[in-house]
Amino acid sequence: MFLNRLLRPAVPALLLIAAAAAQAQIKVGVVTSSTGPIALVGIPQKNTVALLPTEVAGQKIEYVHLDDASDPTASVTAVKKLINEDKVDALIGPSGSPNAMAVIRFAAEAGVPLFAPVGTAAVVLPMNEQKKWVFKTTQNDDLIARALVDHMAAKGVKTYGFIGSADPYGDNWLKVFNDLATKAGLKLAAAERFNRQDTTVTAQALKVASVNPDVVLIAAPGSPAVLPQTSLRDAGYRGQIYQTHGAALPDFLKLGGKKVEGTILAAGSMLVLDQVPDNSPTKKVAAGYVAEYEKKNGSKPATFGANVYDAGLLLKASIPAALKAGKPGTPAFRSALRDAIEQVKELPATQGVYNMTAEDHSGFDERGRVLVTVKNGQWTLLK
Amino acid sequence: MNLQIAFLLGQEGVTSGAIYALLALCMVLVFTVTRVLLVPQGEFVTFGAMTMAALQANQPAVLAWLLLGLALLRALVRAWGALRRRPDAEPLGGADAAYVVHALLMLAIPRLLPGEGWPAALQLLYTLALIAPMGPLLYDLCFKPIAEAHSLVLLISAIALHVALVGLSLWMFGAEGARTQPLLDEVWELGGVRVNGQALCVVAATGVLIVLLYAYFERSLSGKALRATAIHRFGAQLMGISPTGAGRTTFAIAALIGALSGALIAPVTTLYYDSGFIISLKGFVGAVVGGLVSYPAGALGALAVGLIESYSTFWASAYKEVIVFTLILPILLWRSLAAGHHEEDRA
Repeated sequence: MFLNRLLRPAVPALLLIAAAAAQAQIKVGVVTSSTGPIALVGIPQKNTVALLPTEVAGQKIEYVHLDDASDPTASVTAVKKLINEDKVDALIGPSGSPNAMAVIRFAAEAGVPLFAPVGTAAVVLPMNEQKKWVFKTTQNDDLIARALVDHMAAKGVKTYGFIGSADPYGDNWLKVFNDLATKAGLKLAAAERFNRQDTTVTAQALKVASVNPDVVLIAAPGSPAVLPQTSLRDAGYRGQIYQTHGAALPDFLKLGGKKVEGTILAAGSMLVLDQVPDNSPTKKVAAGYVAEYEKKNGSKPATFGANVYDAGLLLKASIPAALKAGKPGTPAFRSALRDAIEQVKELPATQGVYNMTAEDHSGFDERGRVLVTVKNGQWTLLK
Repeated sequence: MNLQIAFLLGQEGVTSGAIYALLALCMVLVFTVTRVLLVPQGEFVTFGAMTMAALQANQPAVLAWLLLGLALLRALVRAWGALRRRPDAEPLGGADAAYVVHALLMLAIPRLLPGEGWPAALQLLYTLALIAPMGPLLYDLCFKPIAEAHSLVLLISAIALHVALVGLSLWMFGAEGARTQPLLDEVWELGGVRVNGQALCVVAATGVLIVLLYAYFERSLSGKALRATAIHRFGAQLMGISPTGAGRTTFAIAALIGALSGALIAPVTTLYYDSGFIISLKGFVGAVVGGLVSYPAGALGALAVGLIESYSTFWASAYKEVIVFTLILPILLWRSLAAGHHEEDRA
C-alpha cells in the first residue's frame, strides 16, 4: 500500500523516460528457459545476457529478458509480447528445441530475425520462407555426429548401441547418427530410451550390455547423460562409450567420477580451451567469454551460454550494415539486419567460425568441433 | 533375457519398490489422518538428497535458510493471530522459539564444522534433523487453517505447495543434478550375480522402518491417537486427541521418511531439483492400490510398481512411464466396482 502510494506519481514520469530511451536504441528480446525441466540449459543463457554487447556503432542496445519456464506455449506468449509491446529488432532464444520450433512462425510473420541457441537442425533446415528469419548459433547435430562416426570407423568399430533421452534431442540424434553410421558400415545393435528424471537406467544398460556392441553412444542433454554411462559400467560393459556435445559440461565429470574416464565426445573447443593451439580462430573469443562469465557468476559457463554469446557477436557484426538501411525499430532496419546476418563471413566466435549463406543459417564447419576425451578426471583434447 | 539379468532387474525393482513403498505409507498415513493428499511428499525426497550432497561437497546447507524462514513465518502468523484475538489462536509458547533456535543451530553447525569429514551416519542425522521439522511447520502454515475444508480444497493447497517448493528447490539447488557417496560401497558376487550394497541398505532400511511404524502405531499412545484420528476425527477429538497435534505428527513422520528415502537413493542415481515428484507419484500409484487406507496393500502395490517398472523398462524403455501409469486405470476400475459406495463426500 505504502509503496504503491509512493510510486504511483512516478509511473508516468518513468514511462516517459522509458519511451524516450526506447526511440534511440536497438531493442533485443531474449527468451530463455531459466526455470522448468531444461533450466540447466537456460540458466547459463540467462547469465550470459549481461555479457552481450551494449553498444554497437554508437547505438545503444537494450536487452529485454523473459523466462518461458521451459514451456513452448509460454515461449510463444513471450515472443509475441516482445514483438508487439517491446517492438524488438531481434530475438535471441528460446532455449529448447520444441520451444524454438513453436516461435519461428511468429518471428517470421513480424519480420524479426531470430537467433536460436538450440540443438535441432530443424529450425533452419529445410530452408523456407519462415526459416529464413532464423539463425542457429549451435553446431548442427550432423556436424558433431560425423566426427564421432569418423572416429568409430577409423577404430574399426562394427556395431554400436544407443541410449538416448526420450525427447527431441535423443530422437534427432538417433536419426542423424544412424543415417551417417549406416553409410559408414556400422550396425545399430540396440537402441534404448530413458527419461531425465529416471532414478535408474539399469534395465536399459543391462539390455545394451547383453547384446555387447563394440561401442555405445549416449545422447542426452546435460547431466542426465551421466547415469546411463555409470549404469553401463555397473552392468559390466567394458567397450568404448561415446557421448554427444550435450554432455559437454563440468558437472558431467563431477557426477560421473571414475566411471566416465575414457569417454569420447565431440564438442565446441570451449571445453578444452587451454589445450587448443593458440592460432585457433576461436580461442581468443572463447577465452574472453569464459573469463567474463566467471568474473560475473563465479563459475565456468556450460556451452549453452556460449550459444547466446555468439548471437551477440553476430549482432555486433551485422548491425552497422543494417543501420545504413533504416532506423532501429522500423521494418526496414529489421529486414536489413536479417540480410546482413546472412552475409556474415569468417566470423570467429566461441564455438567455431561462422560462414552464413542463404542456405546455411548455422554456418559452422569442422572448425566448430573437436574430439575430446576424459583423462584423469579432466577434459582432454583427443589427438 | 537370462536368469542373471532377470535377477538384476528384480533387485533393481525391489530397490525402487522399497522407496515407493515408504512414500506410499506416508501418503496413506497423511491422507487418513488429515485428508490431505500429500503431493509435496516428493520434495522432502529431493531435500534429503540435496542436503546429503551439499554436506559431502562441503557446501553450506541452503535448506537451513528455508527452515529458518518457515519457523519465523510460523511465529509471525501465530503472533498475528494472537494479536487479532482470533478464536482459534494458540498462545505463543516455547515451541515457536524452539523452532527458530533449531533452525539457527542447523544453519550454524555446518559452518562451524565442515560436513565433509563427518561420518555418513552423522550426515544422515543432520539431514533428518533439518528436514523433519519442515513437516509440522508446513502443516501449520498451509493446512491447519483449512483443516476443516473440503478434500478438494486440501488437494489444491497441496498442489500449490508442491509447485511453490519445486520453484524454491530450483532457486536453492540450481538445475544441476546431485549424487552422493554410497553408505555401503560394496558389491558382492553371489553365484555369478552382483548384489549391490546400497540396494541392500535401501531394502533393509525400509524393512526396519516398517517394523518401527508398526510398533509405533500398535504400542505407543501417540501412535494410537493417530489411528483414532484416522478412524474418526471428531470422535477422537471428543476423547481429548488434538487433531492439530495429530496433523503435525503425521507431517513430521512424512517429512522424516521422505528425507530418509532421498538420502537412501541419492547414491544410486542422480537427483534433480524436481526429481522427487515423479518418485512420489509412483508411491502414490502404490497407495492407490491400497485405496489410500490400507498400509500393507499400499506397500505391496508400491513394490509391484517398482518391479513392473524395472521389467517393462527392459522390454520397452520408451514406454516405461506409460506402462506404469496405465496400471492405475484397471486398479481404479476394480476398486470402484468392488467398493460400490461413495465416500468422498463424507467430509
